Amino acid sequence: MSEPHRFAPLRLRASGLACRRGGRLIFEDLSFALAGGEALALTGRNGAGKSSLIAMLCGRLRPAAGEVALDGADDAPLAELSHLVGHRDGLKTALTAQDNLGFAQDCLGDPGLTPLAALERVGLPHVAALPVGYLSAGQRRRVALARLLVARRPFWLLDEPMSALDLAAQAMLSGLMQEHCRMGGAILAATHGPLGLAEARELRIGA
Amino acid sequence: MSRAFIAILRRDLALAARAGGGGELALVFFLTIIVLVPFALGPDLNLLSRIGPAILWIGALLSMLIGLDRLFQSDEEDGSLDLIRASALPLELAVLAKGLAHWLVTGLPLALAAPLLGLLVALPGAAMAPVAGTLLVGTPALSFIGAAGAALTASLRRGGLILPVLVAPLTIPVLIFGVSASNSALGGTIPFLTPFLILCALSLLAIVVGTVAAAAALRQAE
Amino acid sequence: MASLIELANPTRFMRLSAVLLPWMLGAMALALAVGFYLAWFVAPADYQQGETIRIMFVHVPAAWLALMFYSMMALSGIGTLVWRHPLADVAQKAAAPIGACFALICLLTGAFWGKPMWGTYWVWDARLTSMLVLLLIYLGIIALWRTLDDPSRAGRAVAILTLIGFVNIPIIKFSVDWWNTLHQPASVFRMGGPTIHPSMLWPLLILALGFTLLGLSLHLIAMRAEIMRRRVRTLTILEAERLDRLAAQGAPA
Repeated sequence: MSEPHRFAPLRLRASGLACRRGGRLIFEDLSFALAGGEALALTGRNGAGKSSLIAMLCGRLRPAAGEVALDGADDAPLAELSHLVGHRDGLKTALTAQDNLGFAQDCLGDPGLTPLAALERVGLPHVAALPVGYLSAGQRRRVALARLLVARRPFWLLDEPMSALDLAAQAMLSGLMQEHCRMGGAILAATHGPLGLAEARELRIGA
Repeated sequence: MSRAFIAILRRDLALAARAGGGGELALVFFLTIIVLVPFALGPDLNLLSRIGPAILWIGALLSMLIGLDRLFQSDEEDGSLDLIRASALPLELAVLAKGLAHWLVTGLPLALAAPLLGLLVALPGAAMAPVAGTLLVGTPALSFIGAAGAALTASLRRGGLILPVLVAPLTIPVLIFGVSASNSALGGTIPFLTPFLILCALSLLAIVVGTVAAAAALRQAE
Repeated sequence: MASLIELANPTRFMRLSAVLLPWMLGAMALALAVGFYLAWFVAPADYQQGETIRIMFVHVPAAWLALMFYSMMALSGIGTLVWRHPLADVAQKAAAPIGACFALICLLTGAFWGKPMWGTYWVWDARLTSMLVLLLIYLGIIALWRTLDDPSRAGRAVAILTLIGFVNIPIIKFSVDWWNTLHQPASVFRMGGPTIHPSMLWPLLILALGFTLLGLSLHLIAMRAEIMRRRVRTLTILEAERLDRLAAQGAPA
């Protein structure tokens, strides 16, 4: 990668968000702000609406009330400025890890590391040419996380990013997240365990 | 932006070429239908030859429908659709890329194979080019009408069952003009070009309407 | 039985087949050369059908082999399901495309033969139609192989499908004959049957032998390729896991 340049200052403001699914109120009156360089750990019991909130932020779910605003971006929707790594890893089992990442890069635009370099960062250079279907759950999760590196986007929306990762890989991910924050990026991660980020704030929903 | 378009197109073609891709299955299904019809009608070549274009069109239409349910469903299941939604590429263009890929791996081979399968139903030589031609311009309509249905059923587990029921009635005009153009090449009072041009128009319309409708359905996924 | 189990060992099979293959290929070349020479230059043209009768020398062996390979697949299917023979599903997977090719050759040569005889490339004659249905069953089996990724799961599924097909083939053949006699106009030409002249029978038998050897050699080659493909697959997965462990040890958190 060339000179690591910082992201333009951005600020995400969510105010009075409510989520209703299947007629059931999941959460309401949720407000928070997230600026570049910050990390927000989203916690709460199962079913509290963590995944729903992430779906809402990336535009897949319409909030029942409230709004999400973005300061500093000229009209680009949040979905086009954010990475999403969730339970569904977005990988095609028949294609190689490298092809999958190449596709993600072409799709998401604003290329960062090359797919190979990104795989190297997550400690998987040796699986580049393997079909993803051959990989273990932890390896697949790491390939999905490598997607964060092949395209430069300021917001990382992560749903249980630590699941299926062993200790070494968790440390690797913590390192990646710290670096992202240093470069002015923002992270919102739904999690049950620690993220390994000292300065992360916690947002508890569905208390 | 065009990079994302080409990436989606290339990925879908690569996936179709890998194990279990739908393209060759559609061809086999096409062949199967053509084989089944004479068992019902009897092996009278004169009869078969007279209704040959109709048999080929029905076969091609049904073959286009199988596997269509996976067009968006597989992307929805593994999360690739989130990736495509997160792209700066408008969803309409993403749908266009996927529909185009679907046509390239199913519609195009069906149209090219039609004259060969026409031999089985003693299709007259004069009708071979018209049948292949009408399938060539008519199958894009099927791909894109199907894409709209596939987008509506993308997040349904039983989408594969409901999809043909949704889509088949919408394909009736394509079937009417496809078969009548093929038949008019064999003689009759209507000139070939009249139904053929209507068929072209139907295809163009389906590409536009199907793309917009599918994109709208995918946006409303939840 | 003991020797069969020894042969079942893929390593032993690889060694044995490597020895066997050159001999089979040699015998095949000889049989095909002699057979084609006799068929082309020695056998007389038919008094009714003229030179086109020579298509028979390819058409008939292809039909036999299409059936033979399906029977072999059915046997392998039993091998997979009953004896859990480690080579059975390999044999079956390798046989399917070869059998399908022979069925296709039979159909194509039949079409080329039909054009001068019947004036059309295709008639819904009972024999040709049954062969077409056999080709469809072959294609279904190949499609199932291609759809299922994991070889051991695919092996069982395909074995079941093959056996269903095997039970069904006589029923299909019977039904097609029935259907055909209901509809068939009487004017259709029938092939000579058992009254074939020795000057034609010999080249036919020699060519049938040659084509059988060709099919079996291809089958062995395809089986070897399939065994190696599976080894490569397993080794790649193991290697990826090993490197993963190494990387994890090398860079402790």
